[in-house]
Amino acid sequence: MKIYNHISRKKISFPLTLSITITLFLLLFAIGSIRYTGFFSVQVFFDLFIDNSHLIVMAVGMTFVLLIGGIDISVGSVLAFTGMLSAYLIEKVSMNPILAIFIVLTIGTLYGLFQGSLINYFEMQPFIVTLAGLFFARGMTNVISIETIDIKNSLFVKISEGQINIFGGHFSYNVIISILVLIIGIYILRYTKFGRSVYAIGGNEQSAKLMGLKVDKTKVFVYGISGFCAALGGIMYSIYSTSGYNLAGVGMELDVIAAVVIGGTLLTGGVGYVFGSLFGVLILGVILSIINFEGTLSSWWTRIAVGILLFFFILLQRILSIKKINGDGIFSIIKRLGIIKGFFKGD
Amino acid sequence: MGSIEINNDLKLLKKVYTSKIFWPLTALILIFVFDSIFIDGFTKITIKEGNFYGIPIDILKNVTPLLLISIGMTMIIATKGIDISVGSVFAISGAISARLIGGESVPENSYFIAILVALLISLILGTWNGFLVSKLGIQPIVATLILMVSGRGIAQLITEGQIITIYYEPYYFLGGGYIPFLKLPFSILIAASVFVISILIVKCTALGIFIKSIGINPIASRFSGIKVSRIILLTYMFSGLCAGIAGLIYSSNIRCADGNNAGLFIELDAILAVAIGANSLNGGKFSILSSCIGALVIQTITTTMYSIGVSPEKLPVVKAIIVIIICLVQSEKFRDKLKAIFSNKGGMKIENI
Repeated sequence: MKIYNHISRKKISFPLTLSITITLFLLLFAIGSIRYTGFFSVQVFFDLFIDNSHLIVMAVGMTFVLLIGGIDISVGSVLAFTGMLSAYLIEKVSMNPILAIFIVLTIGTLYGLFQGSLINYFEMQPFIVTLAGLFFARGMTNVISIETIDIKNSLFVKISEGQINIFGGHFSYNVIISILVLIIGIYILRYTKFGRSVYAIGGNEQSAKLMGLKVDKTKVFVYGISGFCAALGGIMYSIYSTSGYNLAGVGMELDVIAAVVIGGTLLTGGVGYVFGSLFGVLILGVILSIINFEGTLSSWWTRIAVGILLFFFILLQRILSIKKINGDGIFSIIKRLGIIKGFFKGD
Repeated sequence: MGSIEINNDLKLLKKVYTSKIFWPLTALILIFVFDSIFIDGFTKITIKEGNFYGIPIDILKNVTPLLLISIGMTMIIATKGIDISVGSVFAISGAISARLIGGESVPENSYFIAILVALLISLILGTWNGFLVSKLGIQPIVATLILMVSGRGIAQLITEGQIITIYYEPYYFLGGGYIPFLKLPFSILIAASVFVISILIVKCTALGIFIKSIGINPIASRFSGIKVSRIILLTYMFSGLCAGIAGLIYSSNIRCADGNNAGLFIELDAILAVAIGANSLNGGKFSILSSCIGALVIQTITTTMYSIGVSPEKLPVVKAIIVIIICLVQSEKFRDKLKAIFSNKGGMKIENI
């Protein structure tokens, strides 16, 4: 009975974060629509996807990594590196774009797999390994070129300028790619053995091992997926901007992690949804559009707003996880806060 | 049964070999030897206008912000934590002092007040991190992520998105001034005094042992009567303060406050310094001295790269390779695998003594 109770509680509480995320997105969009004329339109909604399609793809990869309780802070640099490399291969080596994209995606995946192997087989900290990955990819980007490389290849430009008109608005091919990646991500996590192992490892690695799941392989693969997503994000970014830029994606890893956390994924692993990560990215996008529409507000407010949101979501997760353990949710956090009173007297 | 003498010799050798300071110090010496052979005038210290100048002095002067942050970071990492918001605190501290002084040659507020407010805010930001970690029980990396994300926004808010250039002369003293009688940069004195104070606190009070025991086992520490959450809070406050001082020195040295780029990636460098200093990133035993040597190693490598003409943009590649090598050497699994390859059974036995 008690066990059953625990499970049912878990089932109720976790879609809760997801529904809060979606509600928040709708609320922010509604606020924008009420305050500014022209905000409530299909195009503004599509623009959220157009401007953030690379972020969506990276967030899908990051969700996998956070689900196993890891972290990958190299994604922003990998985005810059792969974007620059594809620009270089296409423009300076005049390689066939399809071949270039294939090579770049392979390199990104191998990069992730290598990081994953170091983390898994040598028990190195994911933060440190991917930190080295961040430095290395950024440095290699600069080795390729410090100057921006414009892409003039006709196929690339065609993809970049291509529009799909629907519902009185339009969106780019990048959006289709990002939605595809999203669907594949959801499918893998929900319906494949690999995806269920990811959740199991995040929940309790030891138990997963004892259950006979392929823990090592799964962990390495997850970093490979993240590397692949970052590389794909890099290509999409270079399509979006039709150039390779060496300072692209500085600090983007933070945006991605923030989006995934706001989307309801626990940073301790085991709990989270790819679908939530999509809304995490969209929330970041909506905040940026609101600030753009406001006009007088400066861009740094985005960061502050994201920080505040991050705080509330982390706090919410904390309350929910305490609720799971103690069963009295809000009260236990108040009890914890009560410690402050006796702060200098001792606890 | 080996003879006792050999055993003692081995133990002594092992003691030197396994002491925390051995590897970073060796690395530092090797780099220095390399530099003094291959780079002209690397070790030359001249006296200009009565003050010492030269590359070693420059290294010492430029390392101070990183050194200060590494000291705070060492303590936090020793408690199984991490503080990735130091870069943001660094930027905020510089922004506040610059904003309070203003971009005129006559300061809007007195210099003293500007420094005091900046340090106070840094302390408050550190307390905020510590509060989230110790009282609300949020994972350190997540808790400090909040301030890391929003901190640069706050810094830009303070400077209103501008880079505030400071023309008030006494402001330059903190980062660029020289001590009259020692003829050395003033920032070295600040870093040295923070270093000495923290060493004294750690060695002469029980705090060092408490931090170590929290890092090894927080639950056992709590049961043995250590006020775990208060000590964790203190370490984060200390780290915030260190980052604040570092930010002041940096902004004084470059004579402006840049909310966006000041201290970019310095948190990563500080973690790297702790790692190079052979401190376990899983908490427990720690050595502030070896972290400081780690910071010196990083700065010396940076200076070396500049001297031999590697452009600053390419430096991260070198850094990344160094990080991976250091972490591989630290990784027990890697060492086990190496041992399995290189040693026979006898060798294994000696290791087990």
